[in-house]
Amino acid sequence: MTAALELRRVSKVYGQGPTEVQALREVDLSVGGGELVAVMGPSGSGKSTLLTIAGSLEEPTSGEVLVGGAALSGMSRNQRARLRRRSIGYVFQDFNLLAGLSAVENVALPLELDGVGVRAARAAGLAALEALGLADRAARYPDELSGGERQRVAIARAVIGDRHLLLADEPSGALDSVNGEAVMRLLRAACKRGVAGVVVTHDAQLASWADRVVFLRDGRVVDQTATPAGPESLLSPGPTP
Amino acid sequence: MSVRHALLALLSEGPKYGLQLRQEFEAGTGEVWPLNVGQVYTTLQRLERDGLVESDDAEGEGPQKGFRITPAGGRELAKWLWTPPDAASPPRDELVIKVLVALRVAGVDAHEVVQVHRRHLVEMMQQYTSVKAEAPEHDVGLALVVDAELFRLEGVVRWLDAADARLQRLPADGSAAAAAVAPRVAPRPGRRLGARR
Repeated sequence: MTAALELRRVSKVYGQGPTEVQALREVDLSVGGGELVAVMGPSGSGKSTLLTIAGSLEEPTSGEVLVGGAALSGMSRNQRARLRRRSIGYVFQDFNLLAGLSAVENVALPLELDGVGVRAARAAGLAALEALGLADRAARYPDELSGGERQRVAIARAVIGDRHLLLADEPSGALDSVNGEAVMRLLRAACKRGVAGVVVTHDAQLASWADRVVFLRDGRVVDQTATPAGPESLLSPGPTP
Repeated sequence: MSVRHALLALLSEGPKYGLQLRQEFEAGTGEVWPLNVGQVYTTLQRLERDGLVESDDAEGEGPQKGFRITPAGGRELAKWLWTPPDAASPPRDELVIKVLVALRVAGVDAHEVVQVHRRHLVEMMQQYTSVKAEAPEHDVGLALVVDAELFRLEGVVRWLDAADARLQRLPADGSAAAAAVAPRVAPRPGRRLGARR
């Protein structure tokens, strides 16, 4: 089965000579549809670079990125832009909502940019907000919403339309733990519907919502969790220390 | 806390006397884990009985009796170092000792030891989170209990992250690492936190 996202020996180098920084070193990562993967690592481990390269916002120095089986390197600039608009949803730490647009206009924007009529895009936007419990906030502007509400609007924008890949960079960075949990529940629910999700975070509680946690260090994948054993295993006796 | 394995780690550096082991153990743990000399000798006797250390029989039972680790002792130490503590409830103090010991044992990458334990803790957190994810949202009692465990485990993961960052800043050669776990500070009464363990 084709992975929704595949990174093959991806490396990224910034600068050259004495200022050269190797942000990623031959990273292999495969994420299937319906799977939520968390990437954990300290500051400077390459987490955010991995996400921007996976989302085709940046190009790798070497290696290959495939989204839905199609190699980004073989696409024209326009094809990559279309892929970003149609197939990939982004959630950022600081929400990145447009201040001059209402909640529903923010959510509908990706569809409008992709040529969907204003009326149909707005209807889809309202449906997405309703699914996240924000129907009564649709006409509000970002500065009239709480931090938790803004991030839910950003998630609605990220999952609207026919997205296959959801990329989130510290999606609950500025939120308290209960709102952070709400964000992870929404991302997990989106993945249960078949979307592939990648969340980068340094927060172990957020990462624990993922099906799999990948550990990054100095630009390399150094480890990953096994498939979760399920809640029942908490009741069985552990290994003898 | 495993005095047994801490003593094996000290002996992995070379043969030592009982009194010396006690002093190095206390210095190596920042003097927050005081150890009485009786505890040291009892533990050494048990280690010897189990074939994990050997002693100089001719020297009698005094403070000048020397001990050295056996190959079986070396294997036991390695096994302990890489095994996560009790899966149901990892005591943080034992993890602290494991990381301190990892710094002293030749050929062991402390970052790798930290990562093994970090992964184990995150896997446990995934299991607890899945309990919360699958429970009805109005089940506040369950969420509170699970949260308590998640915050406790997260605290341990954060300590490992901080330990990893500190180790990263150490020079690569082992002597610096050994110095880091045996700070040269004069014993002060206030530093002995005997009540902790």
